[in-house]
Amino acid sequence: MSTLSPVLSAHWDEPDSFTIAAYKRHGGYGALAKALKSTPDEVIALIKDSGLRGRGGAGFPTGNKWSFIPQGDNKAHYLVVNADESEPGTCKDMPLLLANPHSLIEGIIIGSYAIRANHSFIYLRGEVVHVFRRVQKAIDDAYAAGLLGKNILGSGFDLELTLHAGAGAYICGEETALLDSLEGFRGQPRLRPPFPAIAGLYAMPTVVNNVESIASVPSIIEHGVEWFQAMGTEKSKGYTLYSLSGHVANPGQFEAPLGITLREILELAGGIRPGHQLKFWTPGGSSTPMFTAEHLDVPLDYEGVSAAGSMLGTKALQIFDETTCVVRATLRWVEFYKHESCGKCTPCREGTWWLVQIMKDLEAGKGTEADLEKLLDLCDNIAGRSFCALADGAVSPIISSLKYFRAEYLQHLSEGGCPFDPVASTLFETAGA
Amino acid sequence: MSFTHEELAVMDSIIARYPKKRSAVMPLLHFVQSLDGYVTERGIECIAEKLDLSTAEVTAVSSFYTQYKSEPVGEYHVGICTNTLCAIMGGDAIYDSVCQNLGIKKDQTTSDGKISLERIECNAACDYAPVVMVNWEFYDNQTPASVNELLDGVRSGNPPAPTRGPSKLRTWKENSAVLAGLSDGLAEEGLQAGEASLLGLNIAKSQGSK
Ligand SMILES: Cc1cc2nc3c(=O)[nH]c(=O)nc-3n(C[C@H](O)[C@H](O)[C@H](O)COP(=O)(O)O)c2cc1C
Ligand code: SF4
Ligand code: FES
Repeated sequence: MSTLSPVLSAHWDEPDSFTIAAYKRHGGYGALAKALKSTPDEVIALIKDSGLRGRGGAGFPTGNKWSFIPQGDNKAHYLVVNADESEPGTCKDMPLLLANPHSLIEGIIIGSYAIRANHSFIYLRGEVVHVFRRVQKAIDDAYAAGLLGKNILGSGFDLELTLHAGAGAYICGEETALLDSLEGFRGQPRLRPPFPAIAGLYAMPTVVNNVESIASVPSIIEHGVEWFQAMGTEKSKGYTLYSLSGHVANPGQFEAPLGITLREILELAGGIRPGHQLKFWTPGGSSTPMFTAEHLDVPLDYEGVSAAGSMLGTKALQIFDETTCVVRATLRWVEFYKHESCGKCTPCREGTWWLVQIMKDLEAGKGTEADLEKLLDLCDNIAGRSFCALADGAVSPIISSLKYFRAEYLQHLSEGGCPFDPVASTLFETAGA
Repeated sequence: MSFTHEELAVMDSIIARYPKKRSAVMPLLHFVQSLDGYVTERGIECIAEKLDLSTAEVTAVSSFYTQYKSEPVGEYHVGICTNTLCAIMGGDAIYDSVCQNLGIKKDQTTSDGKISLERIECNAACDYAPVVMVNWEFYDNQTPASVNELLDGVRSGNPPAPTRGPSKLRTWKENSAVLAGLSDGLAEEGLQAGEASLLGLNIAKSQGSK
């Protein structure tokens, strides 16, 4: 049995956990003092050695990303934190920011020092006003405590930090679209190269990191590389936040070493909701191909999930039981991608529209088996031929659901409609809603 | 009607946060919504002038993002999550029941201008599904009955407090000001973490005490 390892969430049960007083009470901003006594290059080397990988979805090593920023180029550098959290199923960064915003602020100061940035930004999705309040207050308190602004802790290092609200566009989570949005344009992905490390925000060297990646940095500085490496698996080091949602007895957040399995998490959390069985689940949000009960023992680390045909993504474990129609679930996700397609490239803009039309017909039991092939053909022409990874996300629920549940698609066709009762899937079925 | 000196000064303070002024277009749009309730023509014109952009450039940005509204929004904006997970767990049923209750559909506002309705995408709160957002505050673990109570409260001027938010629900305009970066002093109100957020921590603590 794996043991959980609360680090970022260790004090979330204290009512004032989000305040600077509570954060300092537990040693907060100690890592910053330590980091400022090292050189920026030493900080980068430490984060590289720790093996910390990006928690925003792609798992790119954080220290390596930092080391790509050119040094001594006399240009402004920027650290931009991606707090857009909009991938369906993903719900870890918002509770982290509500309960413990200072872990992010401390990580930002350390990261900015390492990459020699004097102005950093947090791009927060706009649909979470209370999270905005908490983060803004944490920034204000950090300024008042001399942790932001000029000559931080007497080190001679200066840093400005600006919180920026998005306005409802999933694509702005894609890092180059985010930068365009932050510059005041429509949020559409940029052509790469150049990569943000060379020409990012305002065409200056820029690091974009996820909230959880940056919030993990102070703990590594504080406890050391060996402590971090003692958790996790060979190539997926450390602890991380897993988010369990859906048809489970108890949904919620779990901080555990990378490599824990869904079976272990479910055992700890009390399993699937009483009287039901697991049907399908996503390991890392709706863009990651779905799994079934046969994947309960897949180690939830970057390599384990890839080897089983999906992606660790954001570790958003969305659980659906046998009452759920997989065609309905997939259609709803595809409608999401169509709605969020930024319209820049044709395969995605037009393709997602067609995917929705075909999926709608299939859900209604209209069409023939040949439409399944048409659907897969269309997926083939969208994924890999589009400008950014949104399009790959759009096809993955389709391809994976057809792989595991082709019979259920056919059942819609043979019965001329959906064989499921949607009321049975709701949480208030007994209330007769 | 033009903006007051105070309002124009706030706009300047927003612009001053950024190395390049064009970056202020999004917070300025949130600010216009806090004054006018939606993105008005006078708002677009003023932002364009302040940022040396054409009104077409500002409109192009505004229309890209779903949170900016081109039509007046009610005092209370109700967003029902109907992305897959919430929809299946009850969001679709909640949406249908709210349509019936209010006599409006998505993207419409009640005739008294009080309540606007929207279907929203995943709002990063799936462990509290089904989720409803009012003026972008969390109302977690909703049912059709609880949302109808919530709407009754809104209509009688006494809405229940958000589940993870300030102790009193603020209006659409007031919350738009927060998104423009203007503090309302309420950051310390409300829970630090809901029950679901604490699940793993509580289990870890009981593991440790065994
Ligand atoms: C369509 C799309 C949406 C994304 N949304 C997010 C997001 O909301 N938050 C996030 O951190 N990364 C998101 N990403 C990944 C970012 O592009 C980027 O890889 C990440 O922020 C890098 O941070 P990390 O290295 O710390 O993980 C998204 C990517 C795509 C293609
Ligand atoms: S793949 Fe879709 S979201 Fe990405 S750039 Fe093209 S149209 Fe925009
Ligand atoms: S699906 Fe509704 S909050 Fe995530």
